Amino acid sequence: MAFLAATHMTGGYGGADIIQDCSITVEQGEIAVVVGPNGAGKSTAMKAVFGMLELRSGSVVLDSRDITDMAPQERVRIGMGFVPQNRNVFVSLTVQENLEMGAFICAYDIRENLEQVYELFPVLKEKRDQPAGELSGGQRQQVAVGRALMTRPRLLMLDEPTAGVSPIVMDDLFDRILEIASTGIAILMVEQNARHALEIADHGFVLVQGGNRFTDTGQNLLADPEVRRSFLGG
Amino acid sequence: MTEILNALVLLTNFVIVPAAAYGAQLALGALGVTLIFGILRFANFAHGELMSFGTMVTILVTWMLQSAGIGIDPLPTALLALPVGIAFSALLALATDRAVYRFYRVRRSDPIVTAIVSVGVMFMMAGLIRFIIGPNDQSFADGTRFLITAGEFKRATGLGEGLAIKLSQVLTLVIAIVVVAALFWFLQKTRAGKAMRAYSDNEDLALLSGINPDRVVMIAWVITAALATIGGVLYGLDKSYKPFIFMQLLLPVFAAAIVGGIGQPVGAILGGFVVAFSEVTITYAYKKFITYLVPESWAPDGLVQLLSTDYKFAVSFIILVAVLLIRPTGIIRGKVI
Amino acid sequence: MTRRGYLYFGIMALLLLGVGFGQSWNVALGIFNLCLISAIMSLGVNIQWGYAGLFNVGIMGFAALGGLTAVLVSMPPVAEAWAAGGKGIGLAFLCLVATVAAVFAVRRYVAEHWRFLATLITLVVGFVLIRSVFDPAVERIESVNPAETGYLGGMGLPIVLSWLLGGFVAAGAAWLIGKIALGLRADYLAIATLGISEIIIAMVKYEEWLSRGVKNVTGMPRPVPYEIGLTETGWFIRLADWFGVDVGDSASVVVKLCYALLFLVVLAIVLWFSERALHSPWGRMMRAIRDNRDAASAMGKDVTWRHLQVFVLGCAVCGIAGAMLTTLDGQLTPTGYIPLRFTFLIWVMVIIGGSGNNWGAVLGGFAIWFLWIEAEPLGNWLMQTITLGMEDGYWLKDHLIASAAYTRLIMMGVILLLVMRFYPRGLIPER
Repeated sequence: MAFLAATHMTGGYGGADIIQDCSITVEQGEIAVVVGPNGAGKSTAMKAVFGMLELRSGSVVLDSRDITDMAPQERVRIGMGFVPQNRNVFVSLTVQENLEMGAFICAYDIRENLEQVYELFPVLKEKRDQPAGELSGGQRQQVAVGRALMTRPRLLMLDEPTAGVSPIVMDDLFDRILEIASTGIAILMVEQNARHALEIADHGFVLVQGGNRFTDTGQNLLADPEVRRSFLGG
Repeated sequence: MTEILNALVLLTNFVIVPAAAYGAQLALGALGVTLIFGILRFANFAHGELMSFGTMVTILVTWMLQSAGIGIDPLPTALLALPVGIAFSALLALATDRAVYRFYRVRRSDPIVTAIVSVGVMFMMAGLIRFIIGPNDQSFADGTRFLITAGEFKRATGLGEGLAIKLSQVLTLVIAIVVVAALFWFLQKTRAGKAMRAYSDNEDLALLSGINPDRVVMIAWVITAALATIGGVLYGLDKSYKPFIFMQLLLPVFAAAIVGGIGQPVGAILGGFVVAFSEVTITYAYKKFITYLVPESWAPDGLVQLLSTDYKFAVSFIILVAVLLIRPTGIIRGKVI
Repeated sequence: MTRRGYLYFGIMALLLLGVGFGQSWNVALGIFNLCLISAIMSLGVNIQWGYAGLFNVGIMGFAALGGLTAVLVSMPPVAEAWAAGGKGIGLAFLCLVATVAAVFAVRRYVAEHWRFLATLITLVVGFVLIRSVFDPAVERIESVNPAETGYLGGMGLPIVLSWLLGGFVAAGAAWLIGKIALGLRADYLAIATLGISEIIIAMVKYEEWLSRGVKNVTGMPRPVPYEIGLTETGWFIRLADWFGVDVGDSASVVVKLCYALLFLVVLAIVLWFSERALHSPWGRMMRAIRDNRDAASAMGKDVTWRHLQVFVLGCAVCGIAGAMLTTLDGQLTPTGYIPLRFTFLIWVMVIIGGSGNNWGAVLGGFAIWFLWIEAEPLGNWLMQTITLGMEDGYWLKDHLIASAAYTRLIMMGVILLLVMRFYPRGLIPER
C-alpha cells in the first residue's frame, strides 16, 4: 500500500468536473511529480489531495488512513504540508514570523523545528527579521517551503514551486527538495518545468484533460519518445 | 527675547498642546477603524457610535460612583468606570458581529455591502444611545482640572503669555501611550497578535495554517471596542460628551486611518496627529503670534486665519482627498485592499 | 412593473388616504409632498447605485446646492451689497481661476525636481492673493443691513426656474468632484463623498455673503398662491362654504395640492427619463460595467468616464429635489441639512425599494418617508402604552416618553438591516 494513495478522483469547483478518475500515489521518502499541459488539472488534482475541493467520487488515503472527508487544516495536523503556488507567504510578517505561523498548530516548543529549517535554508536565518515581502522571488519560495516544513510533515506537497523563477533559482530549489526528500519526507510536486522535474522524480504522473495519461518512473518517462514528443519538446 | 518666548508659549498653549491631545484621541479612534478595516476588511461607519456607546456607559457608571461618594481625587472618577464601559462596548461589538456582520463575512460579500450594513448598525446605535442618555451635553469630569493654570505659569516665568495644561490633556497622552504600547506588544510579541497580523495579511494562508478565524475576529472586536471607549472617554473628559459629536468625529477618524495607511496601526497613530495638527494649525488665528515676532509696523490687522474655525471638519476631508489622490496607500504603505 | 409593484403602490395610496381620513388632509398632503420629493432624491441615488454601483454618501451636499440655487435664482438682488462687494467677489473669483491655471502650468512646465516646491509656492501666493481681495469684499457685503440681508441676494427670477438650474449647478459640482474622486474604490468613494458634502454644507452655512448662513433666508417667493390670499378671495370663501369646510384649513389643503401637482409633474418627467435611460443600450452597458468592471474595462469601455456620466446625472436629480424642497419650505435653513435626516434616510429608501429599479426607488421614497413621519406618533403611542401602569412623575416613565423620538432611529436601522439580510433585492427587485 502506498504511503499516499489518492485514487479515482473525480471532481471540480462546483460546476463541471476538472479531474476525472485521476489517481496519484506516493511512496514514503520518494519524490512524485505531476506534469502535463496547461489546463490538464494538475493543480486541481493536488488541491483535491489536500482537501481544498469536494470530490464527487474517489478517495484519499494517507498511511492507511482514509482522509477523504478531512478538512485541510486537519490534514496538516496529521502530517501533510502544502505550499500554494501564489500568495504563499505573509508578506508583512518577518521571515521568522512566517515560520512561526507555519507551526501555528504545534503545541510544543518549535525552536528545534526552526533550527532545522534554518539549516536547510541558511539564507532565511540571515534574513529572519526582514519582512518576507522584501525578499527576492527565490528566497520567498524558500520561506514558503520552510513555512510548510515547520510542522514536520510526512508528506510535503508543492504546487508549481518554480513558477516564475530564474533557472539558477530553480536548480537551487530542486536541490533543496532533494535534500528534504533525503530526510525521509515524501514529496508530491506539480510542475510546469516537466523535464527538470522528471529528472529528480522517482515517479511521474502525466495528466491530460483531467485524467492519467502516462504513469511511470521519472527516468522512463524521460526516455519515452511519445512523452518526449508531446510534452518535453522532443 | 521675551517676545519670542511669549510667541512660543502662545503657540504651545493654543496649538501644540490641544492638537497633541486631540491627535491622541483621534489616533485611538483611527486604530480601531484600521483594525477592523485590516482584519474584517470593511469600512465600519458605526465606529463613531461605538465610541459614543462606550463613553456613555462609562459616564453612567461615573455618575453612580460620584453619587456614592467614590472617587480617586485628583484623578477623574471616569477612569474607575472605564473598564465597565469597555466591557459593555465589547459586548455590544461582539453582539452586532454575531447578529449582523458575520452573515456577510461568511459569504465573502462585497465590502461595500458590509459598509452599507454598518450604516444600519449606526442608525440603531445612535437611536439606542439617545434613547438611554438623551441628546444633550453631559458633563462627567471631576478631579483636578488644571495641572498648571495660565496664571500660575505667568507668575512663575514672568512672561506675558500663560501656558495652561489640563489634567485631561496629560491623561490623554499618558493613557494613549500606554494603550498603544500595549497594543504593539500584543501584535508583535504574542502568538495571538501575530496570528491576527497573519490573518490580516493573507486570509487564505492563515486559514491553512490553522489560525481560527472566529477567535481572530473576536479579539479584533474586543480590542477595537476598548480603543473606541478609551478614545471617546478621553475626548469627553477633555472637551465634552454629546451623542451628536461622534457622528461628526467619524470623518476625522476615517481621514486619520486612511492618511496613515489603512491596516497599519503605526499609520493610524501618525494619521491621527497629522489630521489633528492640520485642523488646529489651519484654523488658528495667528495674529497675536505674528505680532510678537515682527516689528510694530508690520503687525497684521486681520486675524490671519487660514480657514475659519467653522471649516474645521472640512480640513480633515481636504487632507483625506489629497492623500487619496496622491498616495492612496497612505503615509505608511497600507493596503489598498 | 410587476403585479407586486402595483400592489405595493396601492397599499401606499391606501395608507396615505388613511392618514387623510384619520388625522387630517393637511397632514396627509404634507406627507405626500415630501414623499414626492424624497422619491425624486431616491431616483437620483438609484441612478448612481443601481446603474453603476456608486455609493455616494454625499447627496445631501448636492441637495443643499439645489436649495442654494433656489435662493440665488429667486430672491431679489441686494443692490447695495452688489455695489459694495460685487467687484471684489468677481476679482477674487478671477484670482482663483488664475491660481488654478498657474498650478496646472507649473505642474506641466516646471522640471520634476522643483515641481513640488513650485506648486506649493504658487498655491500659497494664490491663496494670499485671493484672500486679500475676498475678505474685505465679504466684510462689506455682510455689513449691508445684516438684520435683513447681509448678502448678495439673487436674480429675482421665478423660483421654478431654480429647479432646473439647481440641477445644473449640482451637475457642475458633481463633474468637478467626480473628476477627482471617481477612480477610488467603492467604500473609499463613500468616505470621500461624505467629506465633500460636509464641505458644501459648511460653505452654505458659513459663507454668509452668499446664503446668509445660519441667519437663514426666509420669505422666499412661491410658484403657488398664498394661503392668506386664498382665504381673502371671494369665490374661494363661497366655495368653501358650499362644501361646508373651514376656509383656513381648505386654503392650506389647496396650496398643498398645487405643490403636489407641480411635484408630480417633475417626478413624472424624471421618472420617464430615468426609465428610458435604464432600458436603452446606454443603460444596459452601464449595468454591464457595474456587474463586471474588469471585463468591461478589458473590452475597452472607459469605465471612469461612464461612472462620471452617471454620477453627474444622479447628483443633478438630487439638486433638482433640493431646490424643490427649499421652495416647499419657503426658506433656506442650512442647519437643517443633517446627514442622518438626508443622506442615510435616502439610502434606506433606495435599498428598501429595490436598488436598480426606478419604480422601486420611488416606492422606497414614499414608504420610508411615510414610516419616518408616522413613526413619531407611533413611538409616542408605544411609550404611552408601555408606561400606562406607571405613576406620573416616575423617572422611568418620564424618560421613556421623552425618548420616544429616538425609536425612529432604531426602527430605521432595524429595517435597513432586515432588508439587507432577508430581502436584499428590495420590494421591487431590479428585473
